[in-house]
Amino acid sequence: MRRFLSALLLCVLSAGTYAEDMLMIRSRAAFEESMLLLQQAISEQGYALSRVQRVDIGLSEFGYKTDKYRVVFFGKPEEIRDLSARYPELIPYLPLQIAIFAEADETLLVAANPVQLSAAYADPELDKRFAQWEQDMRAILEKVRKGGD
Amino acid sequence: MLMLMLAATAGEATAKPKGAQLYGQHCAVCHGENGTGGVGVPLALPGFLSSVDDAYFRETMRLGRPGRVMPAFTRLSDAEINAIIAHIRSWQKDAAAPSFNTQPVKGDAKHGAKLFAQHCATCHGDQGQGGHGTGVTFSRPRDLPIIAPALNNPGFLGAASDNMIKTTLMKGRAGTPMVSFLEQGLSEQDIDDVVSYVRSFATPAESPQALLEAEPAMLVMESSYSLEETVAAVKRAAVGKNFRLIRDQYLEDGLYSEEELNSKQVMVYFCNFKFLYDALALDPRVGLFLPCRVTVVEQDGKVLVMTINPKRLSHLFNNAELERACDEMYRVYADILEEATL
Ligand code: HEC
Ligand code: HEC
Repeated sequence: MRRFLSALLLCVLSAGTYAEDMLMIRSRAAFEESMLLLQQAISEQGYALSRVQRVDIGLSEFGYKTDKYRVVFFGKPEEIRDLSARYPELIPYLPLQIAIFAEADETLLVAANPVQLSAAYADPELDKRFAQWEQDMRAILEKVRKGGD
Repeated sequence: MLMLMLAATAGEATAKPKGAQLYGQHCAVCHGENGTGGVGVPLALPGFLSSVDDAYFRETMRLGRPGRVMPAFTRLSDAEINAIIAHIRSWQKDAAAPSFNTQPVKGDAKHGAKLFAQHCATCHGDQGQGGHGTGVTFSRPRDLPIIAPALNNPGFLGAASDNMIKTTLMKGRAGTPMVSFLEQGLSEQDIDDVVSYVRSFATPAESPQALLEAEPAMLVMESSYSLEETVAAVKRAAVGKNFRLIRDQYLEDGLYSEEELNSKQVMVYFCNFKFLYDALALDPRVGLFLPCRVTVVEQDGKVLVMTINPKRLSHLFNNAELERACDEMYRVYADILEEATL
């Protein structure tokens, strides 16, 4: 009964989600504020920030009017350790990452939907993990979007 | 308890979907919160809203624009799609939605081809492939304030009726580089000929989703050297390809304290500014996977060298213009893996 119940709930929940390959949102807040909102949302969702990577080194020399471009890496320490040990081929996609860049005085946030990896790994346990990550990423992005209003 | 939760979700599902909320969630990122574009194409201009019918919106959302950034929104319900349309329409209450008859326009496609080369190709491309650049801007110089959409696109052709295309050519879209070709001196017959030519672009769509699933997610090679030797070899190979080393780190850096780190999972980052710039100019979203990264892992006595598979990226981003850059990145990664494990 218990199993049936959770299966049922899963169906109900997944009916309301979308499986676009990219998860993208626009925050009306400027880059710096959006970056703060993002880091806050990541930790509220139970993840640890592992690194903020600059992508914009030298970009302004090439004619970009902004150099505000970062990739934020995050994960749950035990989850990353456990998964990378059991699925080393997953490591190129770890930790989780969200790109954040300025567009004029607003900010765009972009992530690859983890679920798009399902077909490549074809593993039921990973499928569940990808689905969880998708949900968490959506929640994180939604918080930044709403926080920017 | 179960009943309660089901009732709650059912209540939510039948509640009227909020157009503004859905638009903000799904469309604003590319088309702007108020549809002003400056980003992709603007959706709020009266000249646009008065010349497209609701069916065009509906089908554009359902089909997306394969290879031209806009994804297909296959999971939105009809009610949600209608709510988004109502929201977009609410920006211009005076611009009534037209309705078009779906009869094909009769024209001479051959003559239309000539006119197209003369009047349209500079902006829409000689094959109707659209202007360079994408709907997602990054603050950077561009040729036109609005990039001319692809007309040979199955998503566009599947959404637009002949009469909608004809209306666009007759009236133009005020406030955009797309002018009225009646005013440019073409006759109505000329315009019918161009419409027939545009319609002849129709090609079967290759779904980005299917292409994505056909590519392996990662490139992996086994090294017969030690972890340290392999990391050094990866760095040499990258430098040999004119990349600048940025840094290397452990996968677990930042997640565990230094004493606890697993030192058998090393990520090497490197970059080539010209390459980075060219890729970002095509689609700023690729920064998600830049700078370049090779991961070296030792596990169960085996040393593996791995990268993501860049060939998936143009499908993932639904951007055909990225194909060349992604192929180039693929070759770089494949060469480095090969050299490092030789
Ligand atoms: C100066 C550049 C320019 C020229 C020349 C031009 N167009 Fe356009 N066209 C555009 C732009 C920009 C848009 C997008 C307008 C908008 O944002 O609503 C557009 C939109 C369109 C659309 C609507 C497509 C869509 O997805 O929105 C059609 C159809 C079209 N053009 C056909 C033509 C044809 C046929 C010709 C030649 C007779 C032509 N255009 C000439 C720039 C141009
Ligand atoms: C990832 C970016 C992106 C998202 C998200 C997106 N679009 Fe688009 N959209 C585009 C681009 C880019 C084009 C123009 C395609 C081209 O240049 O060939 C476009 C074109 C369109 C057009 C045709 C415009 C015209 O001038 O004829 C409509 C209508 C449209 N989008 C509506 C929507 C709606 C509604 C949503 C949300 C459900 C949405 N789009 C989400 C990028 C996006």
